[in-house]
This record gives sequence, structure tokens and C-alpha cells, in this order.
Amino acid sequence: MTEVTLSNVVKRYGKHQAVHGIDLGIADGEFVVLVGPSGCGKSTTLRMIAGLEDISGGEISIGGRVVNDLPPRERNISMVFQNYALYPHMTVRENLGFSLSIAKKPVAEIESAVRQAAEILGLDELMERKPAELSGGQRQRVAMGRAIVRHPDVFLFDEPLSNLDAKLRTQMRVEIKKLHQKVGNTIIYVTHDQVEAMTLADRIVLMRDGHIVQVGTPLELFNKPVDTFVATFIGSPPMNLINGTVMGAEVIQLADGVSVPVPSSARGLVTDGQKVHFGFRADNLMPEGHSVQEEGEKASLDLSVTLTEPLGTETLLFTEIAGTEVQAKMLNPRPVRPGEKLTFQLMLDKCHVFDAASSNAIRS
Amino acid sequence: MDRNQSHRNRKRMLKALHFAALFMTMSIICIPGLWIVLNSFRPTVEIMAKPPVWTPSFTLEHYRAMFGGAGEGGVPVFSYFRNSIIVSVVSTLIAILIGMSGGYAFARYRFKGKAGYFVGLMLFRAVPGVALSLPLFIVFARVGIIDTHLGLILAYVAMNVPFTIWLTDGFFRQIPKELHEAAEIDGCNRWQAFWRVEFPVARSGVASAAIFAFLTSWNEFALASQLTRSVGSKTMPVGLLDFTAEFTINWGGMCALAVLMIVPALILTFLVQKHLIAGLTFGGVKG
Repeated sequence: MTEVTLSNVVKRYGKHQAVHGIDLGIADGEFVVLVGPSGCGKSTTLRMIAGLEDISGGEISIGGRVVNDLPPRERNISMVFQNYALYPHMTVRENLGFSLSIAKKPVAEIESAVRQAAEILGLDELMERKPAELSGGQRQRVAMGRAIVRHPDVFLFDEPLSNLDAKLRTQMRVEIKKLHQKVGNTIIYVTHDQVEAMTLADRIVLMRDGHIVQVGTPLELFNKPVDTFVATFIGSPPMNLINGTVMGAEVIQLADGVSVPVPSSARGLVTDGQKVHFGFRADNLMPEGHSVQEEGEKASLDLSVTLTEPLGTETLLFTEIAGTEVQAKMLNPRPVRPGEKLTFQLMLDKCHVFDAASSNAIRS
Repeated sequence: MDRNQSHRNRKRMLKALHFAALFMTMSIICIPGLWIVLNSFRPTVEIMAKPPVWTPSFTLEHYRAMFGGAGEGGVPVFSYFRNSIIVSVVSTLIAILIGMSGGYAFARYRFKGKAGYFVGLMLFRAVPGVALSLPLFIVFARVGIIDTHLGLILAYVAMNVPFTIWLTDGFFRQIPKELHEAAEIDGCNRWQAFWRVEFPVARSGVASAAIFAFLTSWNEFALASQLTRSVGSKTMPVGLLDFTAEFTINWGGMCALAVLMIVPALILTFLVQKHLIAGLTFGGVKG
């Protein structure tokens, strides 16, 4: 069993504190993605799990064993680095077999393990090449091969796809997910890209400024963000947020007099005069006749389109509500001219309310 | 058409100028060396002739004399050569070991006063070696290592270490630190990670540092001339002085010994040339 547990883990660099007491439990075989903007402490956390950074406080255990003071080589982990960190003076074969030859495994065993890894990742034809003779995607695969050869308890990925071009990134993303399905190990994966987080993770850990903001499945984070940071970080395009004030208990008055009813999830939890952010995703604001037919409370808004971004199956429409630019989605799109006025349906059941002072979600 | 033609002419002319300038520069660099080699094979009369003799005759007289007995103008070439080899090789090895460790430490670790140490080392190099020869002479004489290989080796190690540190620091700095981290995760301790991964990657850099250190020791004259006296410790550059008498200089003999000095250095440089060039254009290495 190789669950990973972090309890109250702290990292300090001199006076600066980079990670503020993180608690996290990762189950055996789980694919967990640490995501957040740069400088949020996600890489530092990963490097502490790997043993590449000292732990200033708290405790990390892997498979029930506290590893705080163990060097990386005794943690039975493997890591894929952003710049691959392949050994440039060794061939692909030597790169793959390096960890086993360090462990003084018999040659036959090394060979069969290397062959197996090469097969999984389709590296058979590249075995005698040096890293300099490989393309970015091939290097990435060798780095992954080097990680799986040893059958580690835990895989650590540190932004492994950020050096690849967009097309290759999508392709490698699928390969990583397939790899996880094949080998079934616990994976901890760091990225700043929320799309990678959404597509790969069993569970996402969203971090900011050395704190964990929210932990949950991709859909939990998408549908029930705990605050405006999560709401705007997860999902593309980011959630639309409009400033407003609660009038009575049932109505939110947006900046220039437009008012919308308080969404059912927040009813009874807001007070008269409370300043709030009213939030909804582009998917929940659609022009009439180009929306999904769904039951539920709706509000109609007449808005003029300022900009369009056709994406093929849908078109993103930019418009303004109460002086704030918002994005809406148009299904089965038809050409829309800037300035055109359309009637939009706002799905009130899917809207969110956040307290303006704390930016926390108000939700029952 | 016309414009293209004139453009092409201009380009051709620039190229010609370029080659001419290159030729001039290379001549200035190479002619003294050529002069030494040629004169080592010419009779003394021809070397001293005024006006110069343009069609040289060939003789091995200087080499014969040099390897001959003391009365025939011979010098203990083999002793000098042996001394030079011992002093240069040993001092280079020690300087590389110390310098590489230092360079690695500067490149990889953070410690108090790092920048200060580094500048200090470089300042140390700014002191001309000769200026230290008198204090060194006195100290060495007291300790009793004057006129020994050990004394000279110590002096050369001190001379070469700062430069080696500076050079290897640069090479290790260019190796991404993820490389040794990956090695550590793959099961190495720090020591193994260095020898199995970082050292092989920086090998060409270390090789170029070594050749610089070796050539410095091999060619050094000023300190060696002060710190060595006898056949047992004199190196080849100092041995050249054997050809100067009170009123005369045996140019032919001096050139012959100089050729013997140049040859091993040339051979060594050719042998590690590949590494040297790779070392000086190190940026190509990427994980």
C-alpha cells in the first residue's frame, strides 16, 4: 500500500515561508494533481515529497513510513522533470537502465525491465540514441520510461509537459493517463495548467500562496468552487464575476440596476445589503435558440455582443452586464456581428454567489 | 542585375580583405615558432648571418651537441625533461582535483561569503607570480624545499587552482541541477551522482582546465628560475638558460631545446583538441 500523507508540512526559506502547513492524504493508486499559479508552492511541495528539499516542519509519510529524513534514493519514488533531465552522455538504453545498474541488479533483469518499459512507451527503435538526437516528445517518453523501469511506489511529475508544443502536449497527456491505467501506481503531478489538471486528475489540489485552497474531483472544483480564486482558475473561459448587492433576501442588484434573483443554492444565506460577487460560467449564459434545453429557473437578458470567438462547435460571445465584460456561449453557432442585440438565457440554478469581502462561496 | 553584380563584387572584396587580415594575424602568431624550428636545424653561422641567408641548409648539429657530453655544449636534456614532466603532471593532477572540487562547490552549494571567496581567488590571480618569487624563495629555503620537485609543484598548484576553479565552476554551472537530482532519485548518493553523471557530462570542461593548467606549468619560467638550482629539479624553460654564456648566446642550441619543449605540448593539445573545443563551446549540452 503506497498512500502518501502530508501532515502540517511547512517549508521555510530563511524568513520567507513558501508552504504553510499543508495537510493532504493521497490514496494508493490515486492520480493527484497539484495545480496553482506560479509561486504557489506546488513544486516545492512535490520536491519535499521527493526528498530534494528539506522539510522545515510537519511530516511526510509514504506507504506508512515517515520519510522526512530519508534521502531521495530511499523513498522508492521516481520523478519526471520539466526539462526531462536525461543523462546526456548515455544512450536511451543506459538512461533507462541507470537506476537498476546503480542498484547492482543482474544484467538480465535490467535488460528485461528496460525492454518492458521501452515496449510500453514505444521506444524500441531509439534505444541506441543519445538524448541530443531525440525530439522533445521522445525525450519526454524516455524520461517517463526511466521513471517506470524501477517500479516505484509513487511517481512524481513536475510540470512534465510545459516544454512541449500544444499538439504534442495533448498527445502526451493521453499517454500519461494511459500509463496510469496500465501501471496503476500512485501519481502526484504538478502543473500550472488547469486543463491538464482537469483532464488527468482523480483529485485536484488547488494551491495558492503556500496554502491549499480546495481539494476535490475535477467536477467538484468546477461545479462547487469554494471561492472566486477557484472559480476563475478552474475552467476555460474563467467564470464570469459581477459585483452586486443583496436587496432584501431574494434579489441581487448588479451595478447598473440590472437585478437577478438570488440562486436557489444561496437562498437564505445572504443578508440584506451584503456585497457579493455574482458568478456564472459562459455555458450558463446562452442566446435563445442556441442553448441547451434544460429545466430550471432562468432569467432573460437582452445584451449586445461586442466580440465573437468562433470555435467551430460553439462560439464564444463577449458582452457586457452591468459594466463588466462577460463571456457567453452559443451552441450551433450562426454568424454574429459585433453590436448585434440578442436575448440571452441565464441558468439561475447554475449561478454562484461569493461574499465580496472574503470572496468565499455562499452555498448551502 | 547591376545592383546584384556590384553587391557580389563588394562581398568578394570583403572576403579577400578578411583572408588577408587573417593571414597577417596568423603570420604574427606563427612566424616566431617557425623561426625557432627552422633555426634549430641551421648552422650557427647562418643564424647570425647578416644579411640573412634565404636558402637554409640543414644540420642536426645542435641536437647532436645538446645530447652530447658537457664539453661539447651538451645539456642534461633528459633530466630537464623528466623534471618538467614530473612537476607539470603532478601539479596539474593536484590542481584539477582541488580546482574541480572547488568549482563544483561554487557552482552547486550556497555558503556564507561565497561571492567574497570567489573574487578573492580571482584577485589572487591578478598578483604576478614573479612578485611572489622572493617571499616564496625565503619561505621555501627555510622549510627546506627549495630546489626540489615538491617546492615547484606546490607553487604551481597554488598558481593553477584559482583558474581551474573559475573554469570548472562555469562548466558545472551549465549542467542543469535536475541532472544530479534525477540521479539521486534513481538511487545514487551525492558522490555517485557526481562521478556517474555530472563528471562525465563536464568531462570536456575538466579536460580543457587540465590542459591549461598543464601548459602553464610546462612553460613557466620566472618562478622556476628562482626556485630551482640543480639538474635534479631544473625544468626545461630554466634549462634554456644553459645556452647563455657571459658574452654569447647559443641560439641554435636554445632553439633545439625549445623545439623539444614544444613537441610534447603540441602532441598533448592535439590529443585533447576534441575535448578542448567541445569544452569551450559547452552550451550544446542539454538534458
